[in-house]
Amino acid sequence: MRALTWHGKHDVRVDTVDDPEILKPRDAIIKITSTAICGSDLHLYDGFIPTMKAGDILGHEFMGEVVETGPKSTLQKGQRVVVPFTIACGSCYHCGKHQYSACDNGNPADNQDIGMELYGQPMSGLFGYSHLTGGYAGGQAEYVRVPFSDVGPIVVPDGLSDDEVLFLSDILPTGWQAAENADIEPGDTVAVWGCGPVGLFAVQSAFLMGAARVIAIDHFPRRLELARKFGAETINFEESKTYEALMEMTGGIGPDAVIDAVGLEAHGFFVDNVVDQIKASLMLGTDRIHSIRQAIVACRKGGRVSMPAVYGGIVDKFPLGAFMEKGLTLKTGQTSVQHYMPGLLNAIVEGKIDTTFLISHRMSLEDAPKGYKMFHDNQNEVTKVVLKPGFDAGTAIAAE
Amino acid sequence: MATAKEDAPPTTSKVREVRDAKTRTVQDAQGSSLIGRTVTINRPRAELYAYWRDFARLPTFMDNVQQVDVLSPKLSHWVVKAPGGRTVEWDARITEEKDGELIAWASTEDADVPNSGRIEFRDAGDRGTIVTATIVYDPPAGLVGKVIAKMLQREPAIQARRDLRRFKQLMETGEVATSSRTRAQLEEEKA
Repeated sequence: MRALTWHGKHDVRVDTVDDPEILKPRDAIIKITSTAICGSDLHLYDGFIPTMKAGDILGHEFMGEVVETGPKSTLQKGQRVVVPFTIACGSCYHCGKHQYSACDNGNPADNQDIGMELYGQPMSGLFGYSHLTGGYAGGQAEYVRVPFSDVGPIVVPDGLSDDEVLFLSDILPTGWQAAENADIEPGDTVAVWGCGPVGLFAVQSAFLMGAARVIAIDHFPRRLELARKFGAETINFEESKTYEALMEMTGGIGPDAVIDAVGLEAHGFFVDNVVDQIKASLMLGTDRIHSIRQAIVACRKGGRVSMPAVYGGIVDKFPLGAFMEKGLTLKTGQTSVQHYMPGLLNAIVEGKIDTTFLISHRMSLEDAPKGYKMFHDNQNEVTKVVLKPGFDAGTAIAAE
Repeated sequence: MATAKEDAPPTTSKVREVRDAKTRTVQDAQGSSLIGRTVTINRPRAELYAYWRDFARLPTFMDNVQQVDVLSPKLSHWVVKAPGGRTVEWDARITEEKDGELIAWASTEDADVPNSGRIEFRDAGDRGTIVTATIVYDPPAGLVGKVIAKMLQREPAIQARRDLRRFKQLMETGEVATSSRTRAQLEEEKA
């Protein structure tokens, strides 16, 4: 089959590799019909995530048709399914509590050593996201092996197109969980750093959860425009001082809840961020965390901090004093996708949530390296690239 | 026994004498290196005990154990992968067992790698069963052998940790998780 493989910093290629096979009783093989490039794939593309190996197949946002099933899979050939990016067993203690991203068993035993060293306890496996999270082949390919297929994939009703449901795999549940982690109370003002897909879905989710106002922060005009379409007020941090603007816009109180949807590649020319960049390039620190610092400082006293953004390592200059003195609460974590999928699929069917607005480009799997470069170089215009293995090379459809 | 003024398990002690005292509690201890490793498994105690007690099934989750032949109710023969593509073999004898609670074993005198230990099963309420492995062994060729084994990922402490995780996976999910994509990769992973 053809698959998008990682070979190093800014080097991804479409290679011919062996087809996946059923290896365990609960496995299924999915023929991919749509697969997206995620903002967190750019962290891999930029070489920020350790434990990548040349030839690793990327992709953790995908859906398709069931073509083969193991004896204990509950799926049937021909079903259309969206697959969660977290690989969870459904039977351990954490899965029992719906903490699917903390599954004890989704990550192979040998790979769990790295998570044990880095984080104290290993986390679940993830598709196409380094060997720290299991070394599973991802879905930017023609076919993928899905372990524990009786627990993860959700069957999609016929009437819905791929574009309408694809983002159930990661970014829609991630945006929803981000808003849920902000413990929003009716009438709250919520500030969201980053208007990428997760930030934009967090904006929509926050309103659905009763927020009176959402303030979205970014520097890409097109992304701020999308946030405004969903009713958010906006701050362009290149044109205004974010903290000062937030304080003035909230009557000197600060937002009740803050959401950091930026993560480890925070942009912007700030002194602490530049120090982080130098350190990162010298391998002294892996994470650049301007957005979470600013969110904590801006948050009102006794407020809530939600951090869907991806961080991988150890940081310094974390404003621990502000965090403690103001009595803030922080909630974070990889998304427990399986927990949110049924409810969010319902919300899509009922027309409460629209996800298709996000897609700016559709192209062939063969053109995936071009898609990565475009997404990396032009985040203003390129909000989401969806790869279609069924398209001929060179077929590219930009959004109307 | 060294005085314990805390509740931390002796296997985690920084004090040599505390560890040695624990080593002596393992019946017929074969060696001086001590490993303790605990995992909680979301299944009933009796079920876990029964699976483990059938030694012939241990290679399903112990990756470095090639084969175990049960010779008699108390005696078994082990073939284990060693660094450099070799295997080592020994006979092991059950030194103590309590149905549903514990199994202790020790290798017989002529073992290539003298080893001994116990596996204990305790109820953990709605979390299932706490399984603790305590292993006492002599690394092959002393300290140098231990370092080489560690480099080749055949070091007993690493193996014990991974074996317990695979046992948990098998008992909780019915299979041992793999990220291989093809049968060929899966075979290579097991080699």
